[in-house]
Amino acid sequence: MNIMTEQSLENAVGEKMSAKSNEVIKMRGDKVGVFYGEKQALFDVNLDVRLNQVTALIGPSGCGKSTFLRCLNRMNDTIDSARVTGKITLDEEDIYDKSIDVVELRARVGMVFQKPNPFPKSIYENVAYGPRIHGLAKRKADMDQVVESSLKKAAIWNEVKDRLQEPGTGLSGGQQQRLCIARAIAVSPEVILMDEPCSALDPIATARVEELIDELRQNYTIVIVTHSMQQAARVSQRTAMFHLGYLVEEGATDKMFTNPDDQRTQDYITGRFG
Amino acid sequence: MSSLLVLAIVIAIGVVAFFIGRQRAAAHDNGAVKPHSRAHYHGWWAFLLAVLPAVLLLAVWTIGSSFYLDRHIRAALPERTADSKVASEALDVSLVKSLAKGLRKLDADTALPATFAELQPPLAAKGVALASDTQDYMIPIAVEANAVQSRLGLFGAVITLALSIAGAFYALRQIAPRARARNNVEKLMLWGLLAASTIAILTTVGIVLSMLFQTITFFESVSPMGFFFGTVWDPRFAAAGSGGSQGQFGLIPLLAGTLYIALVALVVAVPVGLMSAVYMAEYASPRVRSVVKPALELLAGIPTIVYGIFAVVTLGPFLRDLSAALTGGSPFIQGQSIFTAGLVMGIMLIPVVSSLSDDIITAVPRAMRDGSLGLGATRSETIKRVILPAALPGIVGAILLTASRAIGETMIVVLAAGVAANLTVNPFEAMTTITVKIVNQLTGDLEFNSPQTLVAFALGLTLFVLTLVMNIVALYIVRKYREQYE
Amino acid sequence: MTDISMDTMARAVAHPRRDIGLKGRYAAERRFRIYGAVAISVGLAFLAIMLITIVSKGYTAFWQTTVTLPINFDEKVIDPSNKRATDPSVLIKANYPKLAENALVAKLGINPDDKPMIQKLKGFLSEGARVQLRNIVAADPSVIGTTRNVDILAAANLDSAFKGQIDLSVEEARRKVSDQQIAWMDKLKADGAMAEHFNTGLFTYGASSRPETSGMGVAIIGSFYMMVIVLLLALPIGVAASIYLEEFAKKNRLTDLIEVNINNLAAVPSIVFGLLGLAVFINFLGMPRSAAFVGGLVLTLMTLPTIIIATRAALAAVPPSIRSAALGLGASKMQMVFHHILPLAAPGILTGTIIGLARALGETAPLLLIGMVAFVADYPKTPFDPATALPVQIYMWANEAERAFVERMSGAIIILLVFLMAMNITAIVLRRRFERRW
Repeated sequence: MNIMTEQSLENAVGEKMSAKSNEVIKMRGDKVGVFYGEKQALFDVNLDVRLNQVTALIGPSGCGKSTFLRCLNRMNDTIDSARVTGKITLDEEDIYDKSIDVVELRARVGMVFQKPNPFPKSIYENVAYGPRIHGLAKRKADMDQVVESSLKKAAIWNEVKDRLQEPGTGLSGGQQQRLCIARAIAVSPEVILMDEPCSALDPIATARVEELIDELRQNYTIVIVTHSMQQAARVSQRTAMFHLGYLVEEGATDKMFTNPDDQRTQDYITGRFG
Repeated sequence: MSSLLVLAIVIAIGVVAFFIGRQRAAAHDNGAVKPHSRAHYHGWWAFLLAVLPAVLLLAVWTIGSSFYLDRHIRAALPERTADSKVASEALDVSLVKSLAKGLRKLDADTALPATFAELQPPLAAKGVALASDTQDYMIPIAVEANAVQSRLGLFGAVITLALSIAGAFYALRQIAPRARARNNVEKLMLWGLLAASTIAILTTVGIVLSMLFQTITFFESVSPMGFFFGTVWDPRFAAAGSGGSQGQFGLIPLLAGTLYIALVALVVAVPVGLMSAVYMAEYASPRVRSVVKPALELLAGIPTIVYGIFAVVTLGPFLRDLSAALTGGSPFIQGQSIFTAGLVMGIMLIPVVSSLSDDIITAVPRAMRDGSLGLGATRSETIKRVILPAALPGIVGAILLTASRAIGETMIVVLAAGVAANLTVNPFEAMTTITVKIVNQLTGDLEFNSPQTLVAFALGLTLFVLTLVMNIVALYIVRKYREQYE
Repeated sequence: MTDISMDTMARAVAHPRRDIGLKGRYAAERRFRIYGAVAISVGLAFLAIMLITIVSKGYTAFWQTTVTLPINFDEKVIDPSNKRATDPSVLIKANYPKLAENALVAKLGINPDDKPMIQKLKGFLSEGARVQLRNIVAADPSVIGTTRNVDILAAANLDSAFKGQIDLSVEEARRKVSDQQIAWMDKLKADGAMAEHFNTGLFTYGASSRPETSGMGVAIIGSFYMMVIVLLLALPIGVAASIYLEEFAKKNRLTDLIEVNINNLAAVPSIVFGLLGLAVFINFLGMPRSAAFVGGLVLTLMTLPTIIIATRAALAAVPPSIRSAALGLGASKMQMVFHHILPLAAPGILTGTIIGLARALGETAPLLLIGMVAFVADYPKTPFDPATALPVQIYMWANEAERAFVERMSGAIIILLVFLMAMNITAIVLRRRFERRW
């Protein structure tokens, strides 16, 4: 871990201390397995996601971390051949239960994707779309309010406030990704899933988004998939290491990066494979 | 009550249910429980439950009661005897029905006369003209039929409206914050989408069944052997001693003409179309392409009747006069000939061949092209030795599809190929095709159930099966070809 | 240039050159290229020849010769026994052509008693004069007894002669216009009474046995009804079917069957759809023959596969990231499709629909089978009345022998082609304009 500075490590550790006081389990995966047709992509994963913390999922590509993430708001339902076994709960409610409506679930567990994917509509419409379909803002003034506060929370308000009617696709990559985050926030989700949100961004944009993730932790529970260990160390309080479809190890981020239990974690964070 | 009025009332009930549903759902949303669906979905659900079952019932009821009425009239009609004044029972029934329809226009309190002759003037005053062979005995039957019909209509209307109101009430009672109105509405929409996509299957089934039934009827009077292997097409008049009384229906001359003309068309279209596609894909500059491609598309957009008229008005006479000038006397090319029809059809098919092969040639991966050019092959060598052989299966598929177009083409041959069913090898004489005969047999004033008309369906079925096989083989080849390079 | 490159050059020269037949190969290359260019030119040349011959035969159809005559609505001719107050049918049966003839006789200064001379006037004016004058009187009976200038159509043969399409060197007995008529025509032309006007009748008249009073009015209305029906049925059904197949259908037997069916239906000969219409809609369901409604249904079934294939391509072109974005926000699949995918696919769907409609507009064969080849003189008031269609009207005129009908037919083709070109060009422009690279 030669790239990480002492400074950032200390920061991470400091935050961990303050967070420890109220560790409520927001989501829990219990023996989660995923099959794509005959092929099994994920094996018996047991993982807790804690309230108002950032949980990072790391591991080499193809290790199943994105697959697990997509189970948390049932995005895997959109793939015909995908089948999920085991149990995932949100506030102790099984999200794969028949009584759960998948659309309602996704309004509670929002998602930000790897590639920024704004709708080819205006910036305002991008943010307003979610609240509109869920009926969260009854009047125009309420909607304006929701859009503004979401854009502010996503730290992009100052950059776009004068051009809300321009297309969201005209923004730069980093701005687009923050717009997508604003769009996710506008639905007032309880959990936000982020699938490598910075992989398509330049370093400066990445730094802005990382700062944002840290701020968002106050109000939201965040699960982030990343292939960058520095990023995991910078933004997360807990880290889970996946390898070949298995959860190798899970624990507090500082411990994972300084003193992992598993040899494979050790190898991965020191850059021996991945 | 007329079905249209009932339909309008049902829709009105649905609209009212929509507004009540939306209102109620909105009232439930007091912030205590997070509602599952937005208010307008509750409204739509109420609308759909009020309208859909009722409309279905109405449709079934309307169709059912028309069948019932038919049976009722048939039972009331006097026994058919040899001296019945009306030609057939079906005609009898239809006369009663139009009489009943006319009577409905009369004022209710008009005293009905007992004879048709007396009935005619008041009906004519209302603008009702009836067939003159309407019989006196039909009047009471028609009156009775009207009574039955209005009873059925009233009963149908009552139960339809009851169902509609029941549906609306049921939906409105379901409204609760956690009720999944959106899922219900979307499930119905999905059924609607599925229904729309099955229309393609229904069309095919319709085509096959309708033609099969008529063909079977046709084969009751003409033997399949005589049809499929007969070499004489003479549907109107019986040839002495053979073919029975209705004439001969030999497919062979039509099939031969169809294939011959298609062959001439392909001989014109394939080389020209293929070479244009090669040129467009491999040589043409972007500027040339941006002009020529739309032009070829426009050529493909010209309706075939225009090609047919070009053949018969311009090209046919021109070729005839040209051949007359060449021999210095009688023309050896007839005004309507295999050659003229095939040539014009070939022109029509050029853009078809070129756009199909263009797609296929551009699907050949770049790497293959570069490999050959990198060895120092010229462009034309690359095309001839690498690209075309690689694209061959796809091109064969494209040619098959084109051939199926040529075989099924109608207007060009109707105008340019002639109607005489000859068997000849001389391309400058006239031959006729399957499609021409289908049009010929069905545009005259023939009785529908005679073999002369039914044969058109046998021909249609032959044509359908022929093109179906070619299409399926071609689509299969092209799909396999594409998968290979994807 | 450095020494090194000089060195390599020197070595290249030193290396013995093989003869790889370059000269011949380049000649072959040139020849091949020329074949390609020739092929394209042949295709385009045919297009040009066809358009030129049709336009040159048809453009004159847009003008029609009329004779302006001061018609005296003579009571003695219209109502000799003065019974019209009691018997209105007198005004319908009156000898209106006589009025026109009298006016022409007076105009040409022929002695009204010279019967053989007047006999030669036969076939100078259109028979349509009867209806035209009758309508004037019916609209306003007070016109009787007055004189008023009326433009009366010249008969088709005179129209051709006026346009210079009749070869006057042919001996008189073998042509349809006599020398005397030509002389009168020249006289009227010099007076300014006979002139060509824009032929509105071509667009408004129905079927007629006389070329000068026949037009495409009924066909235009019939085609319009059919296009509306095709649009109203094929577009929603096609889009719904495509959405199901592209967005919802699971890969199974039923889906496969539907797909094979659609691809195959797109290649089924159009005449087969006519047979289907005849057997199912007319014979089985008892719908009226010759009606635009049935034609519309048949063309709908024929157009559906085209629209479905285009729509599916347009839907598939919308990137999956948009789908996940919508789903990730908690939109249902239906909302995803109708709020995002469908609007983004709209230009592609529109292009496919326009091309499908254009094909349906030019389609003739299936309409022949459902009885739309009919002599329909009156406008169809509803889609259930007998009607014809533009291409069918062209086909019917093609079967007429008279030259004037060929002119009208070519004019009708020009109009049909203008419609089709406009639609196709719109589609091409739309595609270029809205083609989105994701």
